[in-house]
Amino acid sequence: MSEPESNDKPLNLTIYVWRQKDAKDAGGLVKYDLKGVSQHASFLEMLDILNEQLVGKGEEPVAFDHDCREGICGMCSLMINGRPHGGFPATTTCQVHMRHFKDGETIYIEPWRAGAFPVVRDLVVDRAAFDKITQAGGYITANCGSAQDANAILVPKDDADRAMSAAACIGCGACVAACPNSSAMLYTAAKLAHMHNLPQGQPERMKRTLAMVDAMDAAGFGNCTNHYECEAACPKEITREVIAMMNRDYAKAALSYREPTAKSDGAG
Amino acid sequence: MSWFVTYVRSSIGAKHVMAVTGLLLALFAVAHMIGHLVMFGGRDAYNDYAHMLQNLGHGGVKWIVRGGLLALVAVHIGAGIRLTSLNKAARPVPYAVFRTVRTRPWAKTMVWTGLAVLAFIVYHLLHFTAGQIQPEYFHQLDPKGRYDAYVMFVRGFQNPAILASYLVAMVCLLPHLSHGLKSLFQSLGLQHPKYDGLINKGGAGLAVILFLGYITPPLCVALGVIKLPGA
Ligand code: FES
Repeated sequence: MSEPESNDKPLNLTIYVWRQKDAKDAGGLVKYDLKGVSQHASFLEMLDILNEQLVGKGEEPVAFDHDCREGICGMCSLMINGRPHGGFPATTTCQVHMRHFKDGETIYIEPWRAGAFPVVRDLVVDRAAFDKITQAGGYITANCGSAQDANAILVPKDDADRAMSAAACIGCGACVAACPNSSAMLYTAAKLAHMHNLPQGQPERMKRTLAMVDAMDAAGFGNCTNHYECEAACPKEITREVIAMMNRDYAKAALSYREPTAKSDGAG
Repeated sequence: MSWFVTYVRSSIGAKHVMAVTGLLLALFAVAHMIGHLVMFGGRDAYNDYAHMLQNLGHGGVKWIVRGGLLALVAVHIGAGIRLTSLNKAARPVPYAVFRTVRTRPWAKTMVWTGLAVLAFIVYHLLHFTAGQIQPEYFHQLDPKGRYDAYVMFVRGFQNPAILASYLVAMVCLLPHLSHGLKSLFQSLGLQHPKYDGLINKGGAGLAVILFLGYITPPLCVALGVIKLPGA
């Protein structure tokens, strides 16, 4: 998307924000009129302005997640006008600026919607389900202590690049938010592809695939039906190729991998 | 077998089940379409073909194929419905505003086109396998003493209501197969940027070939190109 031409005219906006006191509250959209928002403000700064006004009136500010505000941490997570992060290519919510909006525009702001991502408050959702997936296998087993020679395991540049592309995932959850089925396959597959494109990921490849997919299923995410909305929504442009890799590995693992037993642990 | 149950019930295993059963059903659809085209060979050729199918392996093969197809259909539909309901449950609170950018109408309507095709299959079996629709043409024999499948076919599609229901079903089958035949490669992990073009064009192409192959003989009956013997 080309940068819209910036004129400095401040924007008057109508915004609908999801307000919900806590996890138990039913919640609902609340309408706010916001006047004189600078086009140079970021989207989150626009919410900051709204919050200042709310606090000034003695109302509760809108809770939303954010941290780095530079597109690298994955904390920001808003559904803007029906698209995760607003639907701008390779852009997180914190990188969206008000110059992308028109004067008089109505903006809908909602939290990620998935049973596995319960709303904590307003626009903040609990993404611990992602942590559970990564905890199930998002690591390699290595001896600690003396570090081995850096060149002992050679990694072809192409493989390193592919692993890095997958590792670009910031775990924001836009893939789940964008998926009509609330599936977390792009996230899980990215974490797997990150390791499985590298030699270090190979020894536990089957076990890891089974464990992480099982954790994903247990968290209550939906199932992929190959619509590829995740790929379109990912601010780090991770592609469906990683899902194909995971699908392939899962079949191999489910059909052939078995846990070692006491008798087959290799001991003489 | 518990590992197998775990596998096929998992999110990815269920995709594999959909893909494999769908692929096998599509292969049957190809064979069945080729059989249909034998109508252009005339009454003798078609009845010969039908007679051969009926009596393959002393009639045993027919029952094995029927059993297999029934199992495939049951598993494909059962898994499909289970996945659809799980997916609905995965987003208990809907968005007020939700825009998709990649989802194609045929991908979104797989369940509905699938159920429409199912309804048609039931009707189709009642007609040509069980003889419940147009029973007057069901037990007729041709001059060689074989079931006159040719006449049954022509009489069937001379009926505008039967022809119309058939065409509607084929219009539903086309997008279902087109999405399914492309999608199954991704589900099985056989998708790869190098083969993307081939898979997409090939899947859609095969769906179109099946569509045309299926509608041509009935339309030819309606247009009078395929006629009753002696007509
Ligand atoms: S706040 Fe860190 S990525 Fe947006």
